[in-house]
Amino acid sequence: MKYNKDNYKKLVDEFTPKNKIFKNCIMAFIFGGTICLIGEIINDSFVAWLGISDQEASPMTSVVLVGISALLTGLGWYDKLGKIGGAGTVVPITGFANSVVSPAMEFKKEGFILGTAANIFKLAGPVLLFGYFSSFIAGLLSLAFK
Amino acid sequence: MKKTGKTFIIKDDVVIRDTFTIAGKKEGQGPLKDKFDMVVEDDLWGEDTWEKCELKMQKTAVENLKNRNNLSNNDIDLLISGDLLNQITSSSFAARALELPYIGVYGACSTMTLTMGLGALLIDGGFAQNVICVTSSHFCSAERQYRLPLEMGGQRHMSAQWTVTGSAAIWLSKTGKGPKIRHVTFGKIVDLGVKDANNMGAAMAPAAYDSLSCHLKDTGIDYDLIVTGDLGIIGKGIVNKMFNEGNKSIESKYDDCGTIIFDVEKQDVHAGGSGCGCSAVVFGAFLYKKLLNQEIRKLLFAATGALHSPTANLQGESIPGIAHCLGIEV
Repeated sequence: MKYNKDNYKKLVDEFTPKNKIFKNCIMAFIFGGTICLIGEIINDSFVAWLGISDQEASPMTSVVLVGISALLTGLGWYDKLGKIGGAGTVVPITGFANSVVSPAMEFKKEGFILGTAANIFKLAGPVLLFGYFSSFIAGLLSLAFK
Repeated sequence: MKKTGKTFIIKDDVVIRDTFTIAGKKEGQGPLKDKFDMVVEDDLWGEDTWEKCELKMQKTAVENLKNRNNLSNNDIDLLISGDLLNQITSSSFAARALELPYIGVYGACSTMTLTMGLGALLIDGGFAQNVICVTSSHFCSAERQYRLPLEMGGQRHMSAQWTVTGSAAIWLSKTGKGPKIRHVTFGKIVDLGVKDANNMGAAMAPAAYDSLSCHLKDTGIDYDLIVTGDLGIIGKGIVNKMFNEGNKSIESKYDDCGTIIFDVEKQDVHAGGSGCGCSAVVFGAFLYKKLLNQEIRKLLFAATGALHSPTANLQGESIPGIAHCLGIEV
């Protein structure tokens, strides 16, 4: 065989289909944009109809979106949206909810504590860790430059 | 010694007496839909977990194979089986229920020819009369162990393959009529540094090429059909190119189970099927029947395995590939 670790990669690339980046970007824009639009509608409705302040409406909107995403994940629909929408369904807060609910469902069979509870943040763990860490850094900076 | 080069020669008869195949719903909608003995309509089959469903498939395949041929446990010397899950769970737990002397092996998706090759050697060596070889895979249990939770939204890579849900049990015997295993080549591990777990076909193709060319060189047999286990579109293309470059093209008589089991375009399986069950059910339901009705008389069957470890992969290791060949003749 004339191939070795150095030249085999080129052969693999020749046969490996490329991911459809352009199409994926368009779909991500449409799906991500739609989720954000829905968020805006919920947010504005809270302000206009329920008389909630702007500041309070924003976290409430997040809660509603997370709830919808968790429900769709439980019904087995979010992964179907994700297949089409790609990054557009992963990046918004609904994607975060999906990444928490999906392992929670999957590890249910191994028990409530060692299954669901131990694995629920399997995918979201890094997001939480770096989220906490960067807010810690931001806190320090704001303290230093106060 | 019963050997030519690295290939074992089976001097006495090792007959493939019968096969029993069970396939999942998606496989049951593919090109081989009428050929399986049984199609399971959902991914749990009355069990409460996917793992239990997979072991039930193995158990049911063996029980049905025994019943159809009026075999009792006393007639069977050995059960050799393996699967993809940690601790080869499906095989061991199915063997627990089957109460047969059991050897569990791990060869990833190469398990079908690994178990059949071992069975053939034991029979030819005079240590056994009847051996049952079994393997299985299940899309959901494999996804869960090797990749991400099923309900996680996202896109599969275009080079990724679809793990076949299915199981096949194969009865090898010293006596009787049927296609015979004539040559066995156990492959060596070949690893050309592919680290992408979403491109298993590319990781396994060099091993498939290595084992196939070794077998063809050792035996010099002109096979009617050469079939690899689960290289999919990408791996199949690479193997073809490697043989073409050596001026020993096999393209006109070569196929891959990963591209046979699914309609790759229509069933949206990206690069094709994979998993232990892929080569197992394609052999049991399709290739074996071609041999039986003598559409083909000489088959070179090589299941291919990616001995992939998610832990080693995260530690920066590449994916070792392996392929075991069986020369089967009518």
